Amino acid sequence: MSRILRIVQLAMKSLLLHKLRSGLTMLGIVFGVFSVIAMLAIGEGASAQAEKQVLELGATNVIAVSIKPPVESSSGGASRQSRVLAYGLKRTDIELVENLDTVTSIVPIRELPEEARHGRNRLNVRIVGSTAGYLPLNRLKLRSGTFVTEQHNERYENVCVLAENVALELFGFEDPIGKSITLGIHAFEVVGVVETRVASAAVGGSLSGQDFRNDVYVPIETFWLRIGDTVVQRATGSFSVEEVEVSQITLSVVDEKSVVPTAEAVRETLQETHRRQRDYDVVVPLELLEQAKQIRTIFNVVLGSIAAISLVVGGIGIMNIMLATVTERTREIGIRRALGAKQSDVTSQFLTETIVLSGTGGVIGILLGLATPLAFGLVQWFVRTQFLEGAAVGGEMASMFTEMTPRIAWWSLPLAFGFSVAIGVVFGIYPARAAARLDPIEALRHE
Amino acid sequence: MRLAAELVDLVKDYDLGTFVVHALRGVTLRFPAGDYVAIMGTSGSGKSTLLNLLGALDRPSGGTYVLGGEDVSTLDDDELSRIRNQMIGFVFQSYNLIAQYTVLENIEVPLLYRPGHPPITSADRERCAEVARRVGLGERLDHRPFQLSGGQQQRVAIARALVNDPEILLADEPTGNLDSATEQEILALFDELNGEGRTIVMVTHEPEVARRAKRQIYMRDGVVAGEGVFPG
Ligand SMILES: Nc1ncnc2c1ncn2[C@@H]1O[C@H](COP(=O)(O)OP(=O)(O)O)[C@@H](O)[C@H]1O
Ligand SMILES: [Mg+2]
Repeated sequence: MSRILRIVQLAMKSLLLHKLRSGLTMLGIVFGVFSVIAMLAIGEGASAQAEKQVLELGATNVIAVSIKPPVESSSGGASRQSRVLAYGLKRTDIELVENLDTVTSIVPIRELPEEARHGRNRLNVRIVGSTAGYLPLNRLKLRSGTFVTEQHNERYENVCVLAENVALELFGFEDPIGKSITLGIHAFEVVGVVETRVASAAVGGSLSGQDFRNDVYVPIETFWLRIGDTVVQRATGSFSVEEVEVSQITLSVVDEKSVVPTAEAVRETLQETHRRQRDYDVVVPLELLEQAKQIRTIFNVVLGSIAAISLVVGGIGIMNIMLATVTERTREIGIRRALGAKQSDVTSQFLTETIVLSGTGGVIGILLGLATPLAFGLVQWFVRTQFLEGAAVGGEMASMFTEMTPRIAWWSLPLAFGFSVAIGVVFGIYPARAAARLDPIEALRHE
Repeated sequence: MRLAAELVDLVKDYDLGTFVVHALRGVTLRFPAGDYVAIMGTSGSGKSTLLNLLGALDRPSGGTYVLGGEDVSTLDDDELSRIRNQMIGFVFQSYNLIAQYTVLENIEVPLLYRPGHPPITSADRERCAEVARRVGLGERLDHRPFQLSGGQQQRVAIARALVNDPEILLADEPTGNLDSATEQEILALFDELNGEGRTIVMVTHEPEVARRAKRQIYMRDGVVAGEGVFPG
């Protein structure tokens, strides 16, 4: 033990003799280790964020969504633009999937963009027809009043619940409960207000991100009765009519291991009733989670490898310097050999110097790496203030970037340190062996 | 009388591919313990080659070399390192100190490579300091080589050569880089050491220096051409 300590001391002494050179040589490893840790932290952060988004959908949920089928060009030819495009999930589908054994509860949704009015205030909102289950499903919190209840649905009541922002826009600081708003041509009584919650991200292709800020919730039965299934969309010069009964059905499944079989059953059931066109998709958060985990692994491997390349480059730098050092210190090597140093003594001396160099670089790199979240935060702040300023919603990539926090993968610290030491060994062994193999007589004669 | 070192028909060839240099062609010499020998000869006569073999820095191509009762001629590299460490003290013309080490640390270097690598104890340090005092370096233990004169540096080298109590002290032109006054000091030190029973083999081409030894050996073309005892 004390011998190792002495060898290390010896190595330090030689390295400190050329502080600038040692420092510069070490930088390669410092940045290599730093980038390994930083890359993995960013990878972990990004995938953790992705997993969180998926989990928000509920690991034990299966989600069926209506999707607009691609317009067939053959049928579009002669017919006018007024053709009614009927697609999506049906009310009958709800009952079919509700009756599966493993399904504990379901929440159907019908949504529609519409203008909400109260007095002279107007706001473009999203009307969401749903049931009582919608509130817990989306982790919404009630601010005042009640949410949509079963009774509301049974009685087709013209009631609505406002998102906080909608209440503020339409009513200002007035209490909206008991007051009435107009959605399209129908009047609804406000029975509750829910707190603002953060928007959800788009997940899995079929589920677009939801911004809950401008929502107005109504009983889905009322929606069907009053507003109906037909949506007329006006565009310049033409308009299209769509008929959609249900926008989305979220099924809660009894436990995680029943999720995949249930999803399978749902797919089969819907395939039966939607033979004509593929106008729905079944999204399984648990499957997405698995994918996200795989992506995390790929992320880690790719980012880690890129960073590892910089470590290897650092190693080559070390090797370069050590080779120069050996040449420069040939005389010293000759002296030591004459005084009784074995080849192995010389090897261990130079190898120790390399390892001390790369190991110290590794430690500094780790310390820098630990500051990754801080540094990343600064970069985020910079990007937000310099580039995304003004852009209301910075797009999916931007929000992915700005909302992500790097998470230090603790396992990456010993990994990076081990790697830097290994680099020292791998790139140090050749110069060290070269030093040891010098002929003592030649070495002593060296100028 | 006990023999410190014995060379029997020692041969050293350098194979240069196209031809072979016969640097030593059969050298037979005996060095009794306490001997003080100067090796002389023209350039290229094989003095350095002989000293390198005596110093176990190299293996002979033929013949035997017995040092302190042990046949050294066929040992492997690690064994030769042990021999150099334990039984040989080198003094070079150009001192060959390690520049980044202090006087004391330079004297300690052979201790780093003792068989089994025992840690350097405070007793070892005390011994180093004592040897340093012995060669007249008492107050300069924490100086670095560049802070010392040539004569002082050579004293450090001599102390370093003595620290493992070697069987034989080998010196290659030890005063070649020194002015004559300092040369006299170093030779006086050699005299003292020899007086204490040290066996010394010294290569020199200065007759006045050679004269200080007990006997002189003349080399020519890789063989011992003659032997003399001064004065006489
Ligand atoms: N490493 C070597 N390779 C080839 N020839 C050598 C080597 N070392 C010495 N010689 C040759 O051996 C002969 C003796 O050299 P050396 O022992 O250095 O003589 P001296 O020290 O007496 O001048 C010379 O001819 C020299 O050229
Ligand atoms: Mg010579």
